[in-house]
Order: sequence, then structure tokens, then C-alpha cells
Amino acid sequence: MTAAVSLDAVSCVFDSPRGPVRAVDRVDLTIEAGEFFTLLGPSGSGKTTCLRMIGGFTLPTSGRISIGGQDVSRLPPYARPVNTVFQDYALFPHMSIRDNVAYGLMVRGVAKAQRRTQAERLLELVRLPGVGERRPMQLSGGQRQRVALARALINEPQVLLLDEPLGALDLKLREQMQVELKALQRKLGITFLFITHDQHEALSMSDRIGVFNLGRLEQVGAPRQVYDAPATRFVAEFVGAANVLDGEAARQLAGPSCAMLRPERIRLGERADARAAGTVTETQYFGAFSRMRVDVGLAQLQVDLTDPGARAPEPGSVVHLHWDSSAVHPLAAQAGTPGAAP
Amino acid sequence: MLAVPAPGPLRRVSDLLYGRPAALLALLLVPPLLWLGVIYLGSLLALLANAFFGLDDFTGQVRREFTLANFVELLAPANVDVAVRTVTMAVLVTLACVVLGFPVAYYMARYARGPAKALLYIAVMLPLWSSYLVRLYAWKLLLAKEGAISWLFAELHLGWLLESVLALPVVGANSLSFSRLGTFIVFVYMWLPFMILPIQASIERIPASLLEASGDLGAAAGTTLRRVILPLAMPGIAAGSIFTFSLTLGDYIIPQVIGDSTLFIGQVVYRQQGVAGNLPFAAAFSLVPIAVIAAYLWLAKRLGAFDAL
Repeated sequence: MTAAVSLDAVSCVFDSPRGPVRAVDRVDLTIEAGEFFTLLGPSGSGKTTCLRMIGGFTLPTSGRISIGGQDVSRLPPYARPVNTVFQDYALFPHMSIRDNVAYGLMVRGVAKAQRRTQAERLLELVRLPGVGERRPMQLSGGQRQRVALARALINEPQVLLLDEPLGALDLKLREQMQVELKALQRKLGITFLFITHDQHEALSMSDRIGVFNLGRLEQVGAPRQVYDAPATRFVAEFVGAANVLDGEAARQLAGPSCAMLRPERIRLGERADARAAGTVTETQYFGAFSRMRVDVGLAQLQVDLTDPGARAPEPGSVVHLHWDSSAVHPLAAQAGTPGAAP
Repeated sequence: MLAVPAPGPLRRVSDLLYGRPAALLALLLVPPLLWLGVIYLGSLLALLANAFFGLDDFTGQVRREFTLANFVELLAPANVDVAVRTVTMAVLVTLACVVLGFPVAYYMARYARGPAKALLYIAVMLPLWSSYLVRLYAWKLLLAKEGAISWLFAELHLGWLLESVLALPVVGANSLSFSRLGTFIVFVYMWLPFMILPIQASIERIPASLLEASGDLGAAAGTTLRRVILPLAMPGIAAGSIFTFSLTLGDYIIPQVIGDSTLFIGQVVYRQQGVAGNLPFAAAFSLVPIAVIAAYLWLAKRLGAFDAL
């Protein structure tokens, strides 16, 4: 089987007044057909540039991009079998919703009646029937998002690129759209390449995640793999909350010279057999859990209290911390930031 | 405590107005409304009223009695001729300004960055910094029979081309500076900045993602231009064309200095109110551009030029 998208040593260098900037640095990546793949990373990490190169809006400086086995590295966007849902939706303000959705068919010369039925079908698919006559300005943000989705799907792309599509929506709507997007992807069987800086979104929706940092892919793996066994210090800290221990603290508390311990894996307990003891310096209440900062001398540990009945100890109280040895994930000592972060 | 000086009188006025938005609005709007309402609209209405007056043939005084005689006279072949000539010129000048101005405006809005952009702005506006008359007479010299343009054509061994263009009926004459083609060239030169700037502003407002979305959905550059950029730039093109159109309709100096001495509306109005002292007829004639512009705007709206606003 050929991969839906494959990147082969792809780099993208931009010129800036302060010299060239490597936005994407020798990235190799294979996305399987039918996969929900997420590129996760902080802003400026190169994930959007990566998507733009796949879409054809930015050409790679070097390397090869193929879609469905065909080399598309130098092709313009209109010649690529992919479509994009833009971050700002990019709906045409001077056209009706129907004309927006049918745009891809219009430019390919499909007859008007057929365009109309197709557009209606797509609007129903995104659960937005009957708005065809309206203008984008008359719809809410969530509705525009759905229109953008319908418009991108009308050409039946091999791969759908989604550039932080949920970023502008409020939390409730975002969670609802996450569920719907995932369901839609399963129903259509199209490969989704999703961009986000929100780790919850990435973990909850994706089949696989690629974590970007400073223009490089730090790790590619299933959500559980990325969360439980981060390949680098950066991944450990960016995906979820993490206590990263190194030096003396790591040797005494964890064993290896650099290790990660998730806050929810630490429990409060008796003095006997405790792995560490320390003073609570701060408590934050999140509803489903409380997060404490505990000063254990060599390090500050984040500890999550997930027990609904328990009350977090007040700052200043002394607590004893327990965890299973399986909770400790060793990290490479000098990992995380290749080329050294500025 | 930080020593804060006591609020001055301006600050107290500002405090007072903060809770009274209506008073603030009135304060800001009354002066411009007075200007627009009394001086601008008032004189326009006075003009309109004058158009319905007549002239006493013996005394040459304006007779304040209602008459449609001026409008009947407008329909005289000579006057219709002037109106048609002027409107045709205005349409052609506007079209030429759109064709020449759009690429420049597009480049300024989408590609030019930093110093290059500032330089382009200056280049577009520079002509407006010097006197209109100076530029006009400079063009007179450029277009003259022994001027730089015929010299250039001769040097390029293209003298025959210029000769054959000047031999054409209507647009040609014995030199560019006495031809209607010359009038056209100078009109386009004079009004081009008024076309470039509004188009540039409207293109700058189009998010880049719209063009990317169009390409993403399968449209090649030409389709994107036709379906996305032009419709969204249309308000700017309409605004620019109102400038070039009305400036051409109203100008009476350019066709006087450069061209074949046939009359344009502006010149007729100028002569009627000055030498001839026929203010009512001048008023009636100056309503022609107003009517033409109104018709033009109505047509533009019908064609959807303002849908993207």
C-alpha cells in the first residue's frame, strides 16, 4: 500500500532580515491512508509550514513530498489531490454559502444543477442544511467552520489538511467539533492531517501524533506512546504535565540520570516506604483534580490529586509521596533540543 | 504615593463628556455637518436652482423665473457633441487607469515590503506634490513635435509608427500635443494615482488565505483573479473610477492646453459662466456630469460592484 503522504528529507528555509531561518529541518514523515494524523507543536515550531508545503502554498527548499505515491514537490496547490480547511476558514465573503461550498466544482466546470445538489449534500453532511442562500458574515464561527469543512470536502480530496481549524472556537464548541470531526473522518475514510498546538486535542482525536519542535519532528507515535513514553524531554514537557528530573534529583528519586514522572502517577501516603517527602508550596484546584507543588529539596514536584473525596493539603503542610517504579520513564540526558534552543 | 498633578481643564471636559456620548457626538459632528450641509450642499442646490433660470437677452442679467430653456438648449447638436466627447474621454481614461493601475496596486498591496513599498507609495504620489500646471506644461513639451517623445520614436526608428498613429482620424493631429490622443495621455497621467490608491487599499484588505483557498480548491491564477480578487477589489475600482471619471468630466485646463481645441464640458461651463456670463446655462451644463456619475453609480451597483462592501 502506498502512503497517503510522504515527506522525504523536506526542509524549508525562509529569508529573514536576520539571516535564513530553517522553519522545517530535514523532516521525514509517512502518513498512512485513512489515518487521522496530528502535527502537534508550539507556535513557530514548523508544523504549519509543513502543512503549507503539503498543500502547495509554500514550496520546500529541498526534499521530496509525495501524495498517494505521486511526487508533488513543485506542483501548485490546484494540481494537488488535497484540500485545506484554513485557520481563518477563508470563506469568500462575496459569495453565498452554496457558492462557497460549490467553488471547487465550479472551477472544474461542473454544471450548475449538479453543483447545487452536491453542495446541499455536503452541507447536510456537516449538519448545516438550509443555509445555502446566506452569506458567510451571517453565520456564527462554528457554522463557518462547518462550511469551510464542506467546501474542502466537495472535491473528494485524498488528504484533508486542517490548519488549527478549531482554534477560534470556544471550549464547548471545540469539544463538540472534535467528536464530530473524528466521526466524520471515520465515516469518509479520508486521511486527515490535523494541525494543533493543543495537546488535549491531539491526544483525543488522533491515530498518530507527530510532535514538532524547532522545525524538527521529535517523535511520531500513537497518543498513548507519546504521552507515556516521550522520546525527548521536549515531548515530555509539551504533551501533558510532567516532572522532568535530572542530575542529582534524578539519581536519588528515579534512578536514571534523566527521567520523567507524570503528576497523576504520584500518590500521597504514609511516611513508611515513601519515595520522597516535602512541603506543599502551592495548590491549584481544577475541578476534576487538584495540582500541588511539592518542594522535596532537590526538586519541585507537581502532584495531582485525582481522588474526588480528598481535599488537597494546605500550603505549608508536609506530605509523603509514593509512586510505582513503572511510572518513571527514563529520558536521554541531553535530549530535547537539537541544535540548542536560543 | 506618586505625586499626580491636578487634572487640567481639558481633562475635566473629557471627564464631563465621558458620561454623555450624545453630547460628544454632537460636538464632533456639528462643524462638518454645517460645512457639508450649508456650504457644500447649499451651493449645489443654488447651482441646481440656477439651471432653471433664464438670461435676459437685452440686459444680460439673470432672470429669476422658472424655465426649461437651458435644458432644451443642452439638446442642441453642438452641446450633445460636447457631452458625448467628454463622457467618451472619461470612460476611456477610466478604463486605461484601471488597466495600468491594477497591476501596480496589486504589487503594492501583495508583494512590496518595507522600503520598496514606501518607495512605490512615493513614486505614485510624487506627481501630486508638484503643481498641476507645471506638469501639464511639461507634458506639452514632451508631446510637442520636436519633443522628447517624437525624438525617442525617431531614435528607435519607429518614427513611421508615430506618424501613422497621428494620421488616424479623430485621435490624430499634426503632433501629439495637438491631438486628442495627447489629451488622453495627459488625462491618464494626471488621474492614475487616484485610481491606484483606492484599488491598492481594497486589495490589501483581501486576506491571503482567500487566494490560497481558491488555489487549493482547484482554481488556477486566472480563475482566482476573476472569481475572487476582482470581485473583492471592485469597491476600490469603483471608488477609483469615480475619481478618474469625475475629474475628467470636470477638467477644463488639460483640453485647453493639449489637444485639438474641440470643447469638453468643463471648458463650456467655464466659458458660459465667464466670458458669456450665462450662469444659468453653465449651471445646466454642469448638471450633466452629476447625472452621468449618478447613472454610472447606479449601473455599478446593479452589476454588483459593491456586493463585497
